[in-house]
Amino acid sequence: MEFSSIYTIWLREIKRFMKDKTRYLGGLINPIGYFVIMGFGLGGAFSDVVEGGNYMQFILPGIIGMALLFTSIFSAISVIFERQFGFLKEMLVAPISRTSIVIGKVLGSATTAMLNGVVLLLIGIVFGIIPAAQLNPVSILIALVFMLLIASSFVALGLALAAKMNSMEGFQFVMGFLVMPVFLLSGVFFPIANLPDFLQVLAYIDPLMYGIEGLRYALLGTSFISPFIALGALLIFNGLMIAVAARLFKKMSA
Amino acid sequence: MARDHMQAAIVLAGVTKKFGAFTAVNHVSLTIPQGEIFGLLGPNGAGKSTTLSMLATLSNPTHGNAEVWGFDTTTQKDEVRKNIGMVFQDYSLDDELTGFENMDFHGRLFGMTAEERGKRIHELLNLVDLGEKANNQVKTYSGGMKRRLEIARALLHVPKVLFLDEPTIGLDPQTRRKLWDYIAQINKSQGITIILTTHYMDEADALCSRIGIMDKGEIIALDSPQKLKAKLGGDIISLAINPSFHAPATAALSEEKFVREVKPFDHHLNVVVENGAYAIPKIMELAQKNKWHVDSVSVKEPTLEDVFIHFTGKSLREEEGDEKGRMRNMARMMGRR
Repeated sequence: MEFSSIYTIWLREIKRFMKDKTRYLGGLINPIGYFVIMGFGLGGAFSDVVEGGNYMQFILPGIIGMALLFTSIFSAISVIFERQFGFLKEMLVAPISRTSIVIGKVLGSATTAMLNGVVLLLIGIVFGIIPAAQLNPVSILIALVFMLLIASSFVALGLALAAKMNSMEGFQFVMGFLVMPVFLLSGVFFPIANLPDFLQVLAYIDPLMYGIEGLRYALLGTSFISPFIALGALLIFNGLMIAVAARLFKKMSA
Repeated sequence: MARDHMQAAIVLAGVTKKFGAFTAVNHVSLTIPQGEIFGLLGPNGAGKSTTLSMLATLSNPTHGNAEVWGFDTTTQKDEVRKNIGMVFQDYSLDDELTGFENMDFHGRLFGMTAEERGKRIHELLNLVDLGEKANNQVKTYSGGMKRRLEIARALLHVPKVLFLDEPTIGLDPQTRRKLWDYIAQINKSQGITIILTTHYMDEADALCSRIGIMDKGEIIALDSPQKLKAKLGGDIISLAINPSFHAPATAALSEEKFVREVKPFDHHLNVVVENGAYAIPKIMELAQKNKWHVDSVSVKEPTLEDVFIHFTGKSLREEEGDEKGRMRNMARMMGRR
């Protein structure tokens, strides 16, 4: 393992973030919009559908998951540009392994994506949406672990796609057939138990669903799926995606 | 293996690169000695960048072997990478970071200590006259400054061979000339071998000690610029003449003793002669006698452009309508470079 090169690549992402915080935090507009509009709009109708009856509370973990999904995928997909016209080539001619590049990039992008998630978490705390009982270090730590796993998994997935895609034309396809279904089936807005069987099957193979269930366990104290199963499923997905991305980066020629 | 070629910086032995059915580089063999500025000259799609990308370990040859400083580019990638500096055709800087930060990042990736980095970064930034701009974000740099920063960055880890892929593309003439000075100076002062690709004749002429002309994946001529020009054997008289007279004029001129070669090119006939000043009256006499309508006559010493036309039968022009060109424009529009 080349820790210093991984650290270097991570550091670059952090430096970029520090120079342009507004642009990164702009990624929050969408999730906050969803949170407020869906929360108030559907809250009344859904109060008897979700456990405990507080709809805003129910969707907050999902909104955090959604913010992580989108920022992670976007930041990884930008590598398509970097590969042709930019910085990726600079990394590819350095005497470091492709695996280190992938891990550094995953950790760097995941860190900046998580900062978005943390802002949403703080909103949840400040506005009293997260129950007081969950405001303890252990629960917050569990939430951060799930956030890191969600972010890093989807950065790795985005990197794997970027390694395979030669142009931005494939991007629409990725959005329509991958990101949106993953988002909608993850149970952000409704308990997946309410879905008909054939959609439930799809929800069960949606990795984001496990992430959001894990966050629900951490932040609300209840979840539909056991946190251990959620953690296990996410860890497997995470390892798999990093392995696939590293493999595709090795095969990639610039 | 490394001992065998200690005199040579680069050895290509029968290198072929295929993309599916398309052969981008076709059985190229080439040896480049240490200390040379070597130019690969050719139109877009000739295989120059593909050759460079194989030498820089970014892609593997389909057949054949390539060695840089005695290391194999497929089996000893890290060794090769430590010994080369690379400047890509498209800018590969991080616009958001400062010049210093870009350099620092590079030094870290190459495992340099903080002390080594600090010293050498300032040294090199001063070498390319960017010392005062070190702490400005790269997005505030001009095109020429970005290129200089990239060259300085490529030199940071003290490589033995520097690759420059179309180093002056997209720069204005003045900036290009200044950049040539930097490149020549670096070759001298650092004693570094430089391999550059270009489709600018004047660039190859001004900088390179030897030139390989590439067309359709093959090196079709290889020599110093002077010798390549001498191969044409004299001056070129360019006749602007109605194409309907091209065939009879070519036939008649080819019979003359003072004519070495006649080649049609666009609407012109290029007549290679030993001495242009003496040949013009004779040619005009022939034209009058045969009633060829000649619009204009010019005589010139051969340039590399003529050498290129001589070897390939076509002019060197830039064509760019491919996917990469479109993405490049898109990237430009989005202000990422």
